[in-house]
Amino acid sequence: MNLSKKDMLGVMDLPKEEIDLILDTAESFKEISTRTIKKVPTLRGKTVITLFFEASTRTRTSFEIAAKRLGADTINISASTSSVVKGESLIDTARNLESMNPDIIIIRHSAAGAAHILGSMLKQSIINAGDGAHEHPTQALLDMLTIREKKGTIEGLKIAIVGDIAHSRVARSNIYGLTKMGADVAVCGPAMMMPRDIDQMGVSVYYKMEDAIKDADVVMMLRMQLERQEKNLFPSLREYANLFSLNRDNIRLAKDDVIVMHPGPVNRGVEITPEIADGPHSVILEQVTNGVAVRMALLYLLSGGIK
Amino acid sequence: MKKKQVVMDADGIERSLTRIAYEILERNKGTDNLIIIGIRKGGVSLAERLREKISTIEKTEIMYGTLDITLYRDDVLTTGKRPEIEKTYIPFPLDHKRVVIVDDVLFTGRTVRAAMDALMDFGRPELIQLAVLIDRGHREFPIRADFIGETLPSSLWENISVNLLDNRDIDEVVIEES
Repeated sequence: MNLSKKDMLGVMDLPKEEIDLILDTAESFKEISTRTIKKVPTLRGKTVITLFFEASTRTRTSFEIAAKRLGADTINISASTSSVVKGESLIDTARNLESMNPDIIIIRHSAAGAAHILGSMLKQSIINAGDGAHEHPTQALLDMLTIREKKGTIEGLKIAIVGDIAHSRVARSNIYGLTKMGADVAVCGPAMMMPRDIDQMGVSVYYKMEDAIKDADVVMMLRMQLERQEKNLFPSLREYANLFSLNRDNIRLAKDDVIVMHPGPVNRGVEITPEIADGPHSVILEQVTNGVAVRMALLYLLSGGIK
Repeated sequence: MKKKQVVMDADGIERSLTRIAYEILERNKGTDNLIIIGIRKGGVSLAERLREKISTIEKTEIMYGTLDITLYRDDVLTTGKRPEIEKTYIPFPLDHKRVVIVDDVLFTGRTVRAAMDALMDFGRPELIQLAVLIDRGHREFPIRADFIGETLPSSLWENISVNLLDNRDIDEVVIEES
């Protein structure tokens, strides 16, 4: 089976069977990262460019490691060191990169739809590594892999996503993916941080943390985007932490074998207390490990064209 | 119209595997540092059975693994569909080991080439030997098997399939025109 599109732009348009295919493939790829020689020759001679207009440690490194372990050559471009600082437009940058004949371009950009623009303009496969508050498909896929691994299935699980839902591309991609896989998804956060179209997303909406995480199999905490604090979406960090942080008291409301997830970077003491982030329920670092496998699977499945 | 002919039945397969098990032991002078690795998918159950036989004969457990060679194939990105990747399970270094790779049918030799490349990423084996149930000829690479169940000269227009089932009484090797 193949993916039906040349690009990976989001989970919204991704059929369930293709999600299964990516997760199954990723599961087999995990083993490669445990070898002494962590490299296979599959993408030998292919060139992968990461084009990051926003800060990132995990995602960019994860993509680069994934590409390298498959034998591809990688080039990393970050906006601060590129001609973007000289005023070059996204489209011009992309056209110039295309002229050097890469095979896959991975892009992160603060504007929603940036990856879609490249996808429709270039013949190369484009992978969206985050576009504004829109989608971050590889994060959702690695989250789904982690859940499936820990729980055996996604279908029928009660999954709570807590935090700034409106500004979170991680939440959006996960909502699309998890509901498609048959999970019962609850979202929770301050009313100011709920997207307007939340009612159309097939999730239940809560404004009280305790209600959302009650009996949950999975609690996914979102990063409080501190850079947005100036917009006064909430009065103070302290108040936010009092109402919406996951701590040793409220975690008891969830199931005994609940897993706690976070896409990183973690604001310790804001959305999650350190004892929970480092505690026995936390799978935060396994998410990172799975990220490499999911990205390897995608690079493999998108290479060599589609049919 | 497809014509189907059974060229090896369950008893035949069983006898071939018994002989190969003894040959492997004879050639390697026992089970020291011996590892049996089945190539996905066709070689896995054969390797499993060889391991059982060798363990029974020598009254000792031997190391065993499975290998998916897809990522090492020379046509992995040029075939229309991305081949499905299955799990590789080799949880031990192959340094100084005597590795017997097992597959059902030896044909062009390309799978074996890929398998050898893959094994080199798990260490430096002392030697690699190849055991196959059927050698059907038509080699495209300079590769030969060390242990062969049966040599079956075939035409390129024929398919040979080794059907091994959980119920071993109905195992068979069939040859059919494609």
